[in-house]
Amino acid sequence: MSKFEFEKGKMVPYPSRAIVPDRDVNETPALECIHLGIEFGGLKAVDDFNLTIGKTEIAGLIGPNGAGKTTVFNLLTKVYQPTNGTILLNGQDTSGKTVSQVNRMGIARTFQNIRLFSSMTVEDNVKVGLHNQEKYTGLEGVLRLPSYWKHEKQAHERAMELLSIFDMEKHANDQAGSLPYGAQRRLEIVRALATNPSLLLLDEPAAGMNPSETAELMENIVKIRDTFGIAIMLIEHDMSLVMNICEGICVLSFGKVIAKGTAEEIQNNETVIEAYLGKKKEA
Amino acid sequence: MNFLKNKQTRSDFITYGLVIVAFLVVFFMQANHMIPRMFAGQLVPITAYIVMAISLNLVVGVAGDLSLGHAGFMSIGAYTGIVTAVSMQAAGAPQTLALVVSIVVGAVFAAIAGFIIGIPVLRLRGDYLAIVTLAFGEIIKEVVTCLIVGVDAHGLHVVFNLRGNATVNDLHLMDNGIAIIKGAQGASGVSTYSTFVAGFVLIMIALVVVLNLVRSRTGRAIEAVRDNRIAAESVGISVTKYRMIAFVVSAALAGAAGALFGGNFSQLSATKFDFNTSILILVFVVLGGLGNMRGSVIAAAVLTILPEALREFSDYRMLVYAIVLILVMICTNSPQIQGFIARFKPKKKGEAEANV
Repeated sequence: MSKFEFEKGKMVPYPSRAIVPDRDVNETPALECIHLGIEFGGLKAVDDFNLTIGKTEIAGLIGPNGAGKTTVFNLLTKVYQPTNGTILLNGQDTSGKTVSQVNRMGIARTFQNIRLFSSMTVEDNVKVGLHNQEKYTGLEGVLRLPSYWKHEKQAHERAMELLSIFDMEKHANDQAGSLPYGAQRRLEIVRALATNPSLLLLDEPAAGMNPSETAELMENIVKIRDTFGIAIMLIEHDMSLVMNICEGICVLSFGKVIAKGTAEEIQNNETVIEAYLGKKKEA
Repeated sequence: MNFLKNKQTRSDFITYGLVIVAFLVVFFMQANHMIPRMFAGQLVPITAYIVMAISLNLVVGVAGDLSLGHAGFMSIGAYTGIVTAVSMQAAGAPQTLALVVSIVVGAVFAAIAGFIIGIPVLRLRGDYLAIVTLAFGEIIKEVVTCLIVGVDAHGLHVVFNLRGNATVNDLHLMDNGIAIIKGAQGASGVSTYSTFVAGFVLIMIALVVVLNLVRSRTGRAIEAVRDNRIAAESVGISVTKYRMIAFVVSAALAGAAGALFGGNFSQLSATKFDFNTSILILVFVVLGGLGNMRGSVIAAAVLTILPEALREFSDYRMLVYAIVLILVMICTNSPQIQGFIARFKPKKKGEAEANV
């Protein structure tokens, strides 16, 4: 497996559960959505979406196709500006922020249809993620002043360290677009982690992966949470993944939250079963 | 020589080496009068076109914005450069100093113009951006055509010939004054001040600036925006800022190239910097390869020499030129020919295994 070192000092007390009702969140939650909603010309794509995610919680967002799951991600990352409601990230209001500003505040994401910088190398993809971590000006870069060498060295080391989570150091110099599908998904997660987020949004991380790859991904998601002490929210259709690792699950249907709770609660929820399988015919 | 282990660094130093060797060979030939007369006058324009190609490659190849108005920045550089150089020479400054200052002034004015034009233009992308840059290129040409500039002991005199009836006399110059730019006639009667050595130095500066920029944090951000704008935003990169940096740096280099170019001609009118020039430079960039600076240098040099070398075909010159261009484009894009060339390259370890 990977050489990634498990650092005990970095451990954060977890899980601080929030989605699950009747539990206190000890610290400021990583994310709070209050009456969040967006309308596209009268169509309420997401309506009255309330969600709280604890500091080190792994939360799942599930729902039938077209339920508005990716729209929620796009609202959180400000690709769309919400028409209603508030988003608080670590207690800070994100209204009026742009996509790049909200990333600097601590939200990183991956995409349903992979969006890598495909003509660049794997290492450079991660270094782009480190853009706001290893800072120097363009002039320092052109003149190759000492700060350039210092930060480039640090960026290289950090990129390699991050790539080692998924055992990808050997592909560091490969072109990102030439990687196999699964590896591209993993690289997207590494790039998102490089931005030093407090909340990581994964949009169908297991899509297109075989069962053994999915199992490995599950382990890695938990490991990322433990090591970095961050909150993770994921959209996924693979129920084995969601039910196994998500501490809280939120079910969305036609833009509305129909259920929230633990895996067990969701599995036995009548409304959820109905949304997925349709109404039982009355006998 | 440890730093040469990095593939990109090695590639950069090959490019520097190539330019230095080419310069030394040409400089030696020039010193021994071995250069045919028809090429001797082309040396400075070649260096200016090479810098233009490098500068446009930063916008088109690295930042991925198709700009069709680059000759506009070149003309801004050329005219501000000429005005600076002539004023300085009139004040008694040595020629070399006048040349250096005029190049710097040309670069600064072109950068300012690049910034102002960049604000509306960089809100667009793709075809729309291409068309708007084309329009701005033409606007700059028309504005320059209206410009009448002269210098005397009181400083610069500028008149905008908007009605078409203003002449040099409207500058009200003193007796010892010099009219530098005379409207549609352009700059004429100016003593040339550009040198081949200055052109070489400018190429090296342009290469160092662009290559070092591309290999830095800023350059990676610019490339990231080109590859995937949405993903670049999602990792905290301000898209407009980095497109603007590429655009302004490119405009500044184009202005410097323009100042060098302008100093090579005693007669220079704004029509030299029309749409055809923008397209010519774009041809250098595309032929040399998008994002490939070494390719741009070679393509600019070869394609500037080629029309001169084809003079013996007289009337059919441009026809042969076009055919050569088409053949080169077909050849560099043909998989068969690429495969044929690849046979002579030593195989990489990974590739050799994959081919088994």
